Amino acid sequence: MNTATTMLEQSINLTISPRLAKNIRRNIKERIIEFMLMLAALSAVFTTLSIVGVLLYESLSFFKTVSVVDFFTDTQWTPLFEDAHYGILPLVSGTLTTSAVALAVTIPIGTIAAIYLSEFASHKTREIVKPILELLVGVPTIVFGYFALLFLTPILQKIFPDLPGFNMLSAGIVMGIMIVPYIASVAEDAMRAVPMSMREGSYAMGATRFQTAVRVVTPAAISGIVAAYILGISRAVGETMVVAVAAGQQPIVSFNPMESAATITAFIVQVAMGDLPHGSIGYQSIFAAGLVLLMMTLCFNILGHMLRKKYHERY
Amino acid sequence: MIKPTTPIKAESRNLNFFYNGGNHALKSVSMPLYENKITALIGPSGCGKSTFLRCFNRMHDLYPGNKYQGEIVMHPDNTNILEQGVDPIEVRMRISMVFQKPNPFPKSIYENVAYGLRVRGENNKRMLDDKVEEALKGAALWNEAKDRLQDLAFNLSGGQQQRLCIARALATDPEIMLFDEPTSALDPIATANIEELMSELKQKLTILVVTHNMQQAARVSDYTAYMYLGELMEYDDTNTIFTRPSRKETEDYITGKFG
Repeated sequence: MNTATTMLEQSINLTISPRLAKNIRRNIKERIIEFMLMLAALSAVFTTLSIVGVLLYESLSFFKTVSVVDFFTDTQWTPLFEDAHYGILPLVSGTLTTSAVALAVTIPIGTIAAIYLSEFASHKTREIVKPILELLVGVPTIVFGYFALLFLTPILQKIFPDLPGFNMLSAGIVMGIMIVPYIASVAEDAMRAVPMSMREGSYAMGATRFQTAVRVVTPAAISGIVAAYILGISRAVGETMVVAVAAGQQPIVSFNPMESAATITAFIVQVAMGDLPHGSIGYQSIFAAGLVLLMMTLCFNILGHMLRKKYHERY
Repeated sequence: MIKPTTPIKAESRNLNFFYNGGNHALKSVSMPLYENKITALIGPSGCGKSTFLRCFNRMHDLYPGNKYQGEIVMHPDNTNILEQGVDPIEVRMRISMVFQKPNPFPKSIYENVAYGLRVRGENNKRMLDDKVEEALKGAALWNEAKDRLQDLAFNLSGGQQQRLCIARALATDPEIMLFDEPTSALDPIATANIEELMSELKQKLTILVVTHNMQQAARVSDYTAYMYLGELMEYDDTNTIFTRPSRKETEDYITGKFG
């Protein structure tokens, strides 16, 4: 009580010594640096926002001509024909089917690769295998597209003689292989982040390596593994070149991977490379299609975010 | 030394251990573990006591390049468990371990305790129910856990988690239980609970415990070994070690002049 009063009285006569005063030059410099860092960070945000803006703006004029109900219910997508129909369903079905095939390939392979790399491979093996796996990421997607069309499809045609030259099966499988490194790499990071003490606990109970990997490490890393799957889904849904080259261009509503079909992305490429006049309804349709694509990836990302939160790891 | 009333359950004979890279962590350690007794390992950090303990369930096998030399003989099998032909998984099924930090699995309380049985292929629901209840009772956790067996194990407090880890280790009826500083992450009340539990457990099994806490060694153990720089300096019954140690180094350590 006594000391507090004395301190209060003293504080009235205090001054700021020049040696302790704020350094204005340094402060300004800091502010400038901070501002520039913020600009760099915001550039990504602005780009995203302007993409969304352009998509919305162009789609809006598209939806002035085509009703939203028709867009989502019509089963024909023929914007370039005389008798134009604007039903997005064929493109959505194409996108979902190729993505489903890709995921059916990539999730098992990617997960098994991650389990192997994280729990079974020796340090040396991992150091060799992981870079090779990641090399796959660097292969241009057009190469994968022609690999599907000219290499895998003929092989598949030997097994299924009725398979058309352009088909979703071949495109989906190759797309799945293409995504494996993404899933394997992210899932492996998540599994390696599981503390060693948890593995030791499992081994000390007499568990084998495989039991430890499947029953302890995988559930402990599940949020990271789910994140890897979501990344894979977004990649598959947004993939363009492989499907444009190998899956064909006919927009039909079909969930049969043995058929040829167009995806949203393949259609956008087709139109963007064609000679449709700017501002025509056909041209605007690619923005509406792009908006649907964006919504789909957004949904998957939100779903992934929710799953990650639900299974958030706690060690 | 007071002669034990029980046979030797396991003993190390001239045990040497080399970590990957050549660090000679244990130097010719020979000592017995008497059945139904608690043996405590004390000594300053880095003296090799945890290394010694982890030889008993072949934990060092998990990391490449580690090398054992010498014997750990388990009775009544009369087998050197460090031998090439011995399966470490079989060893771990009979010698279980409780770690320094509670390390429950990301599963329910029930599944944590059932884990050891499940990896042995036991899936009979009634059998598992019985074993889980028995183990949780044995680890003095049953009353707190019986209404929340399906809760995630991480929702338990630190002390409860450690008792869960003891229950997990108990569920498979091990013959020896290794405790690696089991209370160093716990508060004094949780520590007292675990110590009491250890004293009860020795009716059923043999215990080897590493501790940094000398009072703990004095309170719970029947025999105490003092280790320093990878060597066993002194081994005797706990009372003798703490009242009339025969070596100056041991006395300096337990009186706090050193370490």
